[in-house]
Amino acid sequence: MLALKLAFKNLMGAGLRTWLNVGVLSFAFVVIIFYNGMIDGWNRQARHDTRGWEVGAGQLWHPEYDRYDPFSFEEAHAELSPDMQPLIKRDVLVPVLLEQATMYPQGRMQGVVLKGIRADQKLLKLPTGALKSKDDGVLIGKRMARSARLQTGDRLLVRWRDKNGTFDAREFTIARIFDSNVPTIDNGQIWLSLERLQEMTGKVNEATYLVASDAYEPTDKGIWEFKDLDYLLADLDAIIQSKKGGGMIGYILLLIIALLAIFDTQVLSVFRRQREIGTYIALGMTRWQVVKIFTVEGSAHSILAALLATVYGIPLFLYLDHTGLSFSMAENTDITIADTIYPYYSLGLIVSTVVLVVVSATVVSYLPARKITKMKPTDALKGKLQ
Amino acid sequence: MENSFIIQIDHLTKRFPVGKGYFTALKDISLSFGRGEFAGLVGPSGSGKTTMLNIMGSLDSPSQGTARVMGQSVSELSHKDSARLRNRHIGFIFQTFNLLPVYTVFDNVEFALLLQKIPSARRKKMVMDALEWVGLTDKAHSRPNMLSGGESQRVAIARAIVKKPEILLADEPTANLDAENSHHILRTMQKLNEQLKTTFLFATHDEKVMQYLKRKISLRDGRVEKDEVAETINL
Repeated sequence: MLALKLAFKNLMGAGLRTWLNVGVLSFAFVVIIFYNGMIDGWNRQARHDTRGWEVGAGQLWHPEYDRYDPFSFEEAHAELSPDMQPLIKRDVLVPVLLEQATMYPQGRMQGVVLKGIRADQKLLKLPTGALKSKDDGVLIGKRMARSARLQTGDRLLVRWRDKNGTFDAREFTIARIFDSNVPTIDNGQIWLSLERLQEMTGKVNEATYLVASDAYEPTDKGIWEFKDLDYLLADLDAIIQSKKGGGMIGYILLLIIALLAIFDTQVLSVFRRQREIGTYIALGMTRWQVVKIFTVEGSAHSILAALLATVYGIPLFLYLDHTGLSFSMAENTDITIADTIYPYYSLGLIVSTVVLVVVSATVVSYLPARKITKMKPTDALKGKLQ
Repeated sequence: MENSFIIQIDHLTKRFPVGKGYFTALKDISLSFGRGEFAGLVGPSGSGKTTMLNIMGSLDSPSQGTARVMGQSVSELSHKDSARLRNRHIGFIFQTFNLLPVYTVFDNVEFALLLQKIPSARRKKMVMDALEWVGLTDKAHSRPNMLSGGESQRVAIARAIVKKPEILLADEPTANLDAENSHHILRTMQKLNEQLKTTFLFATHDEKVMQYLKRKISLRDGRVEKDEVAETINL
């Protein structure tokens, strides 16, 4: 308590030097919390959107299914067992059938995946209700529409191989273009009624995978393998972690600059305030008590910085929380990211940032202060260089 | 304590390393001081006065011989015990005042009491009493840079006496003061010596200080040249 009291008095007495260090350190606080808040906000949004649009609460996969290998789709299908039917009816499970195909938008040729899904499903956010309006209606995403230059109502020729391996073709109408932040259900994909795709491919009552709702309890479903969210969102997590790692370099540099300033101030303090150190010892302090004062003094920079960061950081964070940050250019990427990201500042993030900065500031304050233990009090009192 | 001496120096020698050899600052000194003395170590620069004072203040230790302060041998004390001895029993007054610049006069005087963990209300009274002794109650909230040299030294005296130490060590306390301030300071110390029975030990070569000393120990080249009791003292 005494060390803290003395340290704050000394810091206040040091004036501008203190406030320069505190200013830089507070900026480090705000940047770290802001950046991590953005990443966490993106993470939450991306997971939420991916769950809502694509993966649900998990999926049951055909053992041959490999989402990165379209050639696996040919073998990756199986009949839906009778015990699955009640779950499908209740939307606890939503079957999806995949088929490789080629589309010919305005005479061009493009490889696509046909995805069959029940028009009356409510589990995923896909507007599959639009598939009911037209017999030959299909859904595509906004990215697909842009790249293929397609609009609602356009006719689209699609060719695929039927169950006998012979090519078949049909014209569809774009019933709806959906707007989703999840590119993995958009690019190169055409969504159509499950029954229609089953009929087209001759895979009646079959599916490649089933999307599960929160109500689904994983039980033995024969050949179907349950994939949980950790597995299904692993790619997304990897992307976010890599972004987090990249961002860390920036704020660690900022933190290092701030800590160097504190270190420098401490070295200067120990050098300039030798007479003061000698006086403390003459007045009855042990050398370690003096080291403690200097260490607390250095780390108190971080406490003042945290207070200063609250002064301008909280209004800034509240503003960003309200308006979000636009990421419209991210629409053209294959990353699940919303047009506007709303940062998420968790208590854990704030506490861990404060702990990181305070601990780092304490360490860099302690290192130069340690020299005091080697000082001769008689020389310190004279202000003699040691 | 085994006798009435508050400080006992016995065959003390102090050497400092200089290059590959040693410089002997104090040579085989034996002295003792009783409670309530008003004594001074006098002599030219380099005679060993400050070294002697530092050893008696437990800021340094002898190379040979013993120095017992309040019955404790300074060379055998741990850092912690040495700090406790200084905090409880010894007050220091320096030539350059050594006030802590960012603290107010009150804070400077209060400092030693904070280390003793004295409760706030009692601490405040003790600080104000000390400031009253030196006539600086009106400057309690001033900072050291707002004080004159004489006032600064009076604050240093208040800081040294606030904890009512048995021993007060003053190293050239008047060196940075004019004649008027020097006399003022010395009269204050004399009064405190009489009222509080604090042992005052000076290191000085200032004639003005010497006029006030009841006992004068002359040092030359690290040896005691003379140890005399003054016949008349300045009051």
